[in-house]
Amino acid sequence: MDFDLSESEKTFRDEVRAWLKANVPRKDGPSESDMKAFVESRRAWQRKLYEAGYVGITWPKEYGGRGEGFMQQLIFNDEMIQAKAPEPINVIGLGMGGPVVISHGTEEQKKRYLPPLLSAEEIWCQGFSEPNAGSDLSGLQTRAEDKGDHYLVNGQKVWTTLAHVAKWCMLVTRERKEANPREGLTYLLVDMESPGVEVRPLVQITGDAEFNEIFFKDVKVPKSQILGEAGNGWAVAMTTLLHERGTLGMALATRAQITAAELAEHARKLGRGADPLIRQTVAQYTIEARALQLNGYRAVTAVKRSGIPGPEGSILKLMWSELNQRMAEAAVDMAGPAGQVGDGDGWLYQFLRSRANTIEAGSSEVLRNILAERVLGLPRSR
Amino acid sequence: MDFAFSEEQEMLRRSARDFLAKECSSKVVRKLMESTDAYDPALWKKIVELGWTALGIPEQYGGVGTFLDLVVVLEEAGRALLPGPFFATMGLAVPALIEAGTEAQRKEVLGAIAQGTARATLAFTEPSGRWDAGAVTLTAKPSTGGWQLDGVKLFVPDAEAADYIVVAARTRGEGEDGISLFLVKGRPKGMTVTSLKTLDMTRRWNEVRFDAVKLDGASLMGQADSAWPHLRRALDWGTAALCAEMIGGAQKVLETSTEYAKTRHQFGKPIGIYQAVSHKLADMLVLSESGRSATYYAAWAVDADAPDRSLASSMAKAYVSDAYRKISGDGIQVHGGIGFTWEHDMHLYFKRAKSSEVTLGDATFHRELVAQSLDL
Repeated sequence: MDFDLSESEKTFRDEVRAWLKANVPRKDGPSESDMKAFVESRRAWQRKLYEAGYVGITWPKEYGGRGEGFMQQLIFNDEMIQAKAPEPINVIGLGMGGPVVISHGTEEQKKRYLPPLLSAEEIWCQGFSEPNAGSDLSGLQTRAEDKGDHYLVNGQKVWTTLAHVAKWCMLVTRERKEANPREGLTYLLVDMESPGVEVRPLVQITGDAEFNEIFFKDVKVPKSQILGEAGNGWAVAMTTLLHERGTLGMALATRAQITAAELAEHARKLGRGADPLIRQTVAQYTIEARALQLNGYRAVTAVKRSGIPGPEGSILKLMWSELNQRMAEAAVDMAGPAGQVGDGDGWLYQFLRSRANTIEAGSSEVLRNILAERVLGLPRSR
Repeated sequence: MDFAFSEEQEMLRRSARDFLAKECSSKVVRKLMESTDAYDPALWKKIVELGWTALGIPEQYGGVGTFLDLVVVLEEAGRALLPGPFFATMGLAVPALIEAGTEAQRKEVLGAIAQGTARATLAFTEPSGRWDAGAVTLTAKPSTGGWQLDGVKLFVPDAEAADYIVVAARTRGEGEDGISLFLVKGRPKGMTVTSLKTLDMTRRWNEVRFDAVKLDGASLMGQADSAWPHLRRALDWGTAALCAEMIGGAQKVLETSTEYAKTRHQFGKPIGIYQAVSHKLADMLVLSESGRSATYYAAWAVDADAPDRSLASSMAKAYVSDAYRKISGDGIQVHGGIGFTWEHDMHLYFKRAKSSEVTLGDATFHRELVAQSLDL
């Protein structure tokens, strides 16, 4: 057991720190409500990170990655947050799209898709959920009809982040109806500029339109864009979700630390620090955020040994989403009636947005099923 | 960074688990539970032969192995509910001696502990039940070349089996100033040890009363009046050590309950198929894993003498106190009626969880320490 960084890790950290200090964009960039300018500034930021070699840190060098370990990724994440640096635009592609192409793609696909994903030239989105297939993904109805050299895709996806600016969509489709609904699925990479693709924004309880619906009407998808084997899309989808909860989990662990620190700062600013209940609450969430981060460190050590994130990543996502809701609510409560005025010192948005945390990327109910079945080995409930 | 135990430490864990499964079964625990001092000299001898009483003690006093090695064994001891003075000796008296003992005291007592010829404990809190420096009101006054102690120490773990007791006394002032530590050997005149009848029967809690107890000058540990910083560091060690025991017990409850949910059938199906049960177990897993992470980090911080060792210990104790109580309570619930019987072991863990929760500061106490670190 050792929490000290090695010499080479320290060198890497110092390099990243110095680079970020010199390059992090000044604050007051475009806000999320000015979507177009926001996307372009984040795209430019990712490009800059990419050119410096800080995107795809764990990805193989031959596809534009840095070829380093999870430890370097972790150091980089921590430094990004310390420097209050904005996230790169291509979060879905970096967290899921790239890793799934690396796991299941052909050599040609890796060469085609990975470099422009890293440079943010091409943004990715994830077409999994449908109006009638949420937690039960295998109930999806978007059809892929075999037309020889291509598929004809018809259907609808929903809750799709970045769909309005994405070039590629990771689309899970039904090619054949099978007795087992997990069979007969085909995982396609769909060009969002294809004729027949329509994206409509979906306004959420925050008033923003962060998610979209996507409609597919007779969209032609060449067979060279199948990821993995035709009919075997379930396995590819599961790899995607494992990465979603694993790599995402690590980023969330660091984010929870920041939110907890902001909560403490909020209590100090409001002058509520002498209230014993507030002291207890803030301390409790600080401890939980730290435990979450330490769980992440243990998961990273496990990944170092086994190579892929395990179902333990689900613990991180589950803990973070519920903790994040409680922290945002505590921050609003702390301000009393003033907490509901204006933007509530920045917390009202979080208070609303965090309600989605326990639904998106695996609802808390699904994650508890995963922990019960895959970690504890309890019998499957379905 | 490497956040896992070494291969050697995992081997130590396996051998400790095997040993305790054989030598400290539920039957043995229940027998010791009914005895007066919960101490079995024959079992202690075997523990000594395994080298467990040398873990964490510096080499020059006969020790072998680090605090982290000790943590591995304590986790297994907590899993088996090992009765007797192992925690009191290794988790409380040893760090107090390392931090505050004179060279002669360390040589004598740490040497005897490592060799297995002595057991020891720490007498810190008093009838107030506080765990901060203000808890210490027992007085020690200079008296004919030595000291005279008057007062009452309470909730002293396994004092009956202890050959040495480290006693925190007030030599002047209040709060953190004016605390001194004394090493008491055997049973001097005027000192009485009484066993309390407490919830957790697997561990003895004692009242130790001092009525004009005379100690010689050599019994003072280090400097008079200024023991608090040393005692604080010893308590970091003790807190991390107690958390290790607690997560060992919590893990055992989780495993037992999970196994029961797989085999117990109702409505024609194993009860673990129902989400009301399986989600409870998933929550127990989250608590247990997070408590484990917090504990291992605290153990590392103490071992490496990291600047955040006190904070890390407080965070671990706050989290694990709540987690073990919840896990052991839910363990009974998952078992249903059978979990409520005397015959089933679930209540032993439930009781140990509560007694550990209120020892060395409960969750509320440690959260307040964390709040102080946040400048709230």
